[in-house]
Amino acid sequence: MTSNLTHLQQLEAESIHIIREVVAEFDNPVMLYSIGKDSAVMLHLARKAFYPAPAPFPLLHVDTTWKFREMIQFRDRMVEESGFKLIVHVNEEGVARGVSPFTHGSALYTDVMKTEGLKQALDRYKFDAAFGGARRDEEKSRAKERIFSFRSANHRWDPKNQRPELWSLYNTRVKPGESIRVFPLSNWTELDIWQYIHLENIPIVPLYYAAVRPVVERDGMLIMVDDDRLELKPGEVVQHKSVRFRTLGCYPLTGAVESEADTLPQIIQEMLLTRTSERQGRLIDHDQAGSMEKKKQEGYF
Amino acid sequence: MAHQSELIEKDILAYLKSQEEKSLLRFITCGSVDDGKSTLIGRLLWDSKMVFEDQLAALEADSKKVGTQGGAIDYALLLDGLQAEREQGITIDVAYRFFSTDRRKFIVADTPGHEQYTRNMVTGASTAKVAVILVDARKGLLTQTRRHSFLVSLVGIRHIVLAINKMDLIDFDAEKFRRIEDDYREFAEPLGFSSITALPISALNGDNIIEKSVNTPWYSGPTLLQFLETVQVEDDRAGQPFRMPVQWVNRPNLDFRGFCGTIAAGTVRPGDEIRVSSSGLVSRVDRVVTMNGDLDEAVAGQAVTLTLKDEIDISRGDMLTVPEAAPLFTRHPEAHLVWLHDEPLRPGQLYLVKSATGITPGRVTDVPYAVDVNTLEQKQVTTLGLNEIALVRLELDRPVPFDPYRENRDTGSFILIDRFSNATVAAGMVSEAVELESHKAQLAELEPETGSAWTRRISLSELSATSLNVVDLTAEYGTFILEAPITLLAHLEKGNRVLFRLRDLGQLPAVALLAYEHNLAFEFDRTLEGISVLLFKRGNLPQDKVDSDTGTGI
Repeated sequence: MTSNLTHLQQLEAESIHIIREVVAEFDNPVMLYSIGKDSAVMLHLARKAFYPAPAPFPLLHVDTTWKFREMIQFRDRMVEESGFKLIVHVNEEGVARGVSPFTHGSALYTDVMKTEGLKQALDRYKFDAAFGGARRDEEKSRAKERIFSFRSANHRWDPKNQRPELWSLYNTRVKPGESIRVFPLSNWTELDIWQYIHLENIPIVPLYYAAVRPVVERDGMLIMVDDDRLELKPGEVVQHKSVRFRTLGCYPLTGAVESEADTLPQIIQEMLLTRTSERQGRLIDHDQAGSMEKKKQEGYF
Repeated sequence: MAHQSELIEKDILAYLKSQEEKSLLRFITCGSVDDGKSTLIGRLLWDSKMVFEDQLAALEADSKKVGTQGGAIDYALLLDGLQAEREQGITIDVAYRFFSTDRRKFIVADTPGHEQYTRNMVTGASTAKVAVILVDARKGLLTQTRRHSFLVSLVGIRHIVLAINKMDLIDFDAEKFRRIEDDYREFAEPLGFSSITALPISALNGDNIIEKSVNTPWYSGPTLLQFLETVQVEDDRAGQPFRMPVQWVNRPNLDFRGFCGTIAAGTVRPGDEIRVSSSGLVSRVDRVVTMNGDLDEAVAGQAVTLTLKDEIDISRGDMLTVPEAAPLFTRHPEAHLVWLHDEPLRPGQLYLVKSATGITPGRVTDVPYAVDVNTLEQKQVTTLGLNEIALVRLELDRPVPFDPYRENRDTGSFILIDRFSNATVAAGMVSEAVELESHKAQLAELEPETGSAWTRRISLSELSATSLNVVDLTAEYGTFILEAPITLLAHLEKGNRVLFRLRDLGQLPAVALLAYEHNLAFEFDRTLEGISVLLFKRGNLPQDKVDSDTGTGI
């Protein structure tokens, strides 16, 4: 009988089980909402887990102030529709210091606005569990991360000292100040995510669909000119191309791909026929070998 | 192979439709350090087109830098995620890998074969349905092969692929292959696997991984991928009576009270009669609620919300089942315990026991025997260290619903958590419930003596030499005298020690009197666990213990 459950039904059930377990055992959980497609699926699963009640935790968006404008619009629309409480946190210290991806480089910028911002928010609201939408297939260091991933009071991840995770019995115990990052989508792949979005009609940010957008070519990537803060370097020309995004983050760090795919099936089709993996559109992974592992140890999601 | 590229290009909607019926198989790979596990999985990812161009570029660069294949592509590098591991050249933790074909999605638990990492194998195997056990064709069966086989059988895996790797290095010798296969079948007989499939492969060169190898014309069975795509993994939960641990009670308003959980066995429909494990109360299912609409039926594996016809008291910790097949509901489960932590088991110490229905404090009271994972022999032990396995008896603070693990992995498993460090220290698989009262250090009450109605005599009957020697007096009230039978004194004479757990200091004179009467010594201790007294024969106390006696004893 269980063998009749499809792979997506099994993944969905596992994720819902994880989300419920967190609510049952933690005092003050939060769901990190990054507005991307994985977050969209996670939010959908959270609604399913507690239907007909609203999910009993807020969403947290760590806003770097450099997100695509369409992402922020979409975020506000989703919050209104789903009835979640939304907490937006900005690292004001970073803003005051004028930290930007252009002036400080992607590594320092990400560290200050994303990693530091996240830690500030977790500390301020004293969350003991934070859901994240990361998947194990995204990057090598993620493959070994637990679904319930322990963080010290300093938010550090110790890859060599992880709690063994057996069956679907998750160790949720933490001391004051410590926390657990929970990844309900650990066992989903990029293809699973897209198929599920297709099957369940989950709304996603329009930036995933191809449209003619203003872009410049920079360091081998197509960067969208989302607002007037993007200063053109000598020789750079704004071009209008039909592009879409495979992954969404801060617009100056997120590369677009040229594409005509403007429906969900076409996106999936393109994904299946393409030979370039998802995170390539993100500058931060390329800084150095093993860079994601380093970031994660320091508290990056 | 992998994806039907043509269909994807021509009719993506038809392709998506075809993908909706795909199943999911979780399997584990195990082998010794150099058996080529990572290479094998790297090859599966590679050949099922799960490696992308940028990863390929990184792989080529890494192969030159740290590869073990002399600059040629080292598939293992696709997997060894953490930098520390790369530098050591071995995989040191459980990693999960994903690939899919048109028939199935696969989740692979890649686990280390190194001796000290048995716990990772048990972890990886806990969710797997099939185990791929790698053997180096040149070396044949090793101690590790036997250990891995025992562990996967313990954790409930029923299907084994014996992947005899590096066939290229023995010139694809059919005779040697068959000898290893025969050896293995003979060894594995008592482990009771449902199927054993031996495959002659070369992970490095791809022989019999995806495509049939031209080098093994004598082999007519499936390739590894063919096998994985088609193996029928009977779901042991399918035909079983309904079970759902209550994970969360959903009560948004006075009109709705839903019980959320993942169905662990069987099926449920509106109108079905269900029973609550803790109270024994019975009601009927009203609705099976999901956001996509109410269901006519839900099956094992689904996460659902049930509403009932009657208002009865149910909370997290309960299990809903069919009335005619209730689970064990016990404070004294007997279980196989795999110790996962550097700090050894402390019998009698309070741990947190997390099962499908939540957390209950409990302690290990008895270790009837440990199992040597290499020889499968039983041995007597007093404690358990990292990677050791034993049959144990537990005493929980309150009754918990369980099923025997062999019947249901979800409702028959638990983990032990250290209360102070919060570390996950052990994994448990329930074998049965121990008959109540026959256990618990065999406290039997004798008839009170005439004229001394307030003083009871408690006989410490038969403490066997294998028991853990814990006498729990914390539930005893009033004044009493302890009586020690000859067997207990002989037991102490041999150097064994008995731990008394006291409810309060008022119980101390009884233990002191026992010590006085039989010339015994004892150590008094007050810890967070409460008050305890360790009784022993002085001459038999280990020397270091005597020296370190700082005078806490009386």
